[in-house]
Amino acid sequence: MKLSRVQELLEAVVLSGESHLDDEVLTGFGCDLMSDVLCFAREDAVLLTGLINKQVLNTVDMANMNSIVFVRNKMPSEDVIKMAQEMNLLVMSTKYILFEACGMLYANGLKGAHLR
Amino acid sequence: MSYELAFEVERGDFETAGGASRKIKKTLQQLGISSKIIRKVSIAGYEGEMNLAIHSWGGTILLEVAETEIILTIQDSGPGIPDLHLAMTEGWSTAGVEARRMGFGAGMGLPNMDRNADHFEIESKVGNGTKILMKFFL
Repeated sequence: MKLSRVQELLEAVVLSGESHLDDEVLTGFGCDLMSDVLCFAREDAVLLTGLINKQVLNTVDMANMNSIVFVRNKMPSEDVIKMAQEMNLLVMSTKYILFEACGMLYANGLKGAHLR
Repeated sequence: MSYELAFEVERGDFETAGGASRKIKKTLQQLGISSKIIRKVSIAGYEGEMNLAIHSWGGTILLEVAETEIILTIQDSGPGIPDLHLAMTEGWSTAGVEARRMGFGAGMGLPNMDRNADHFEIESKVGNGTKILMKFFL
């Protein structure tokens, strides 16, 4: 699935990294616990989360994941958006709750990014 | 080929924590290390960096890139871990509210470092601090 399709399905607002909307994503991981993302998530996946701090960006960077969708209409601070722009990372925000957002992507073919 | 880089990590600095790990990742990319190994080093190093910010009184991360291996040494001057067996158990954590708000403190850090490194050593003494040595074979 193209990340532009993720944006479309979730009616998401793009906060940074718009040039990556044409990239492909095969899997997704929904989680508010960055420790678990670092343990269990596969690389090149989209992370859906309700946490909006800088450590979410670092986690995605270290785990080689390709994008972030903030759920529940969460909007990060200007600092976080600026950091995402500097990292050239695709970051979006959707009005849907984590359950709904993951469900919509899964129903449209995106698989879970589980390592084990 | 031999390369060394050292970073200091301050106690409780969740604003800039992660900066050392990002620089380590960039350095390894510039050195042409494979992305699979970079991911392991990055995750283990970042877990270590967050541990320094969350649990220690401040410490250092030393990156060494040699011919056949990458070595990460993460060291602090305290407070030290009273029970290493417990600390290495998945799900056991003493992290505070601030760390948990950031999405950490699930008790997965040390086991995840062990999982990602090819060789993992930890020694700790209450009052003296903790030293973690991780090797990643090239």
